[in-house]
Amino acid sequence: MNRRGFLAKGVAGASVLGLSGCKVLDGLADQEGALHRAVASANGLSYRAQRLIGGGHTLAPEYAEADIRQGQRPNGSTNPDGAEYLALEAGGWAGYRLAVKGLVERPQSLSLADLRAMPSRTQITRHDCVEGWSCIAKWTGVPLALVLDRAGPQAAARFAVFRCYDVIEQSLAGGILYYESIDMIDARHPQTILAYGMNGADLPVANGAPLRLRVERQLGYKMAKYVHTIELAADLKGYGEGHGSYWADRGYDWYAGI
Amino acid sequence: MAGSLVYRQTVWMRAAHWLWAVCLFFLLLSGLGIFNAHPVLYLGKESGFAYDNALLEIGARDGAEGPRGFVRILGHEADTTGWLGVSGEDVQAFPPAVTIPSYYSLATSRIVHFFFAWVLVGTLLVWLAAGLRSGHLRRDLWVTGADLRALPSDIANHARLRFRHGRRYNVLQKLAYAGVMFLALPLMIATGLTMSPGADAFAPWLLALFHGRQTARTIHFLVMLALVVFFLVHMLMILAAGPLNELRSILTGWYRVDADAEGEAE
Repeated sequence: MNRRGFLAKGVAGASVLGLSGCKVLDGLADQEGALHRAVASANGLSYRAQRLIGGGHTLAPEYAEADIRQGQRPNGSTNPDGAEYLALEAGGWAGYRLAVKGLVERPQSLSLADLRAMPSRTQITRHDCVEGWSCIAKWTGVPLALVLDRAGPQAAARFAVFRCYDVIEQSLAGGILYYESIDMIDARHPQTILAYGMNGADLPVANGAPLRLRVERQLGYKMAKYVHTIELAADLKGYGEGHGSYWADRGYDWYAGI
Repeated sequence: MAGSLVYRQTVWMRAAHWLWAVCLFFLLLSGLGIFNAHPVLYLGKESGFAYDNALLEIGARDGAEGPRGFVRILGHEADTTGWLGVSGEDVQAFPPAVTIPSYYSLATSRIVHFFFAWVLVGTLLVWLAAGLRSGHLRRDLWVTGADLRALPSDIANHARLRFRHGRRYNVLQKLAYAGVMFLALPLMIATGLTMSPGADAFAPWLLALFHGRQTARTIHFLVMLALVVFFLVHMLMILAAGPLNELRSILTGWYRVDADAEGEAE
């Protein structure tokens, strides 16, 4: 092929690629496909780069009271309808217990009163949804690190897995319950709290009552609502479809600091 | 009159150029896919739901004969059915023809976007190092006083589509290329990082610089538009200035200069 022919074919090829609406690339969505895995590996790079630069200590920006200009926009599940959840809500959460188990020395079962009796942290932070929007609100809760200290994490624990009351999707096999996980660096981060209060009042059902996670250096989907159990684990294979969260099982990045 | 071939683009420069072309193609189309998840741009720290700080919105609403697409900019609205908001059967802000993947999948658009963002940044760093070492940046992109004095005549020449083919870029080329490399792309990277809650923790000055995460997202979108305009003008100029010579130059490095430009200083 001469140079001119090569150029013409190259231009034609490029325009076909453009005109096809990129359907040739739709195979990317197959989460088990090699192309998807290769492209998604960039998330590991983002994770390592942010850990290298940000480490375990850098704080997410905190805002002033004046920056709270609206309620916190609820997203995802906003009204769990499981019998157990509804009964707890009807009882004013008196029967609620947070279980802390897995790779811990002393499994815990903590009431909301137990959690409220522990030292609390209040922070005004920006909630960034993966969709692109942001919303600023004030969150009050107990630092997760203090709860973990009570349970005594074992050396093998690498992840904290959060199990939730809300059915996020109905599948043929029944309801799929929301779950999330974070590494121990974020689990021990000073702004990572189990929040029971929002904007100066009790946490509303739409925003995750009675207890939700705040992980301020990551996107909103990491901040599990309606949490009933925290499990410390050495790996994430045994949960859901093995990617570490409901959304990660559906192709979203497990690390959502970006 | 055609003169001889000169070696104008090094292999580093050519490789970087084509990697950028691939990256910007994927970044643009995956970015439009991401935008479709929440097709509203705001000014400020957050998105106004109980108040209005929106700059631009692309949306759809029900009409008498099916959904109608619209674009609203600062309260002024235009019907864009067929192009934006609604196109054919698809009710989404940007139509499937310009998104990756062609259907709505925020998760897939995001992994594609961040993969090519890393490739772009890596390529820029290699190009920067190679360009500093070879003198490409200083010799070919640095705008000199003589360049600026030549600006009026250069604009006049471009307006009449009269191009002089020399070893060196003319001043409008320098301004366009330097604007992309040293203004637009750094802005894209910085505003992109400002949208990352992880980056905001270790570089909170980004939020101050761009007046909040949502303003940064808006700037990211506007610079994208500027880069699309650059691409279109870039294509037009190649066609106008001699596409085969320009393509040979960016593929092989060899460029045929005008006969009267042969003695031009390196």
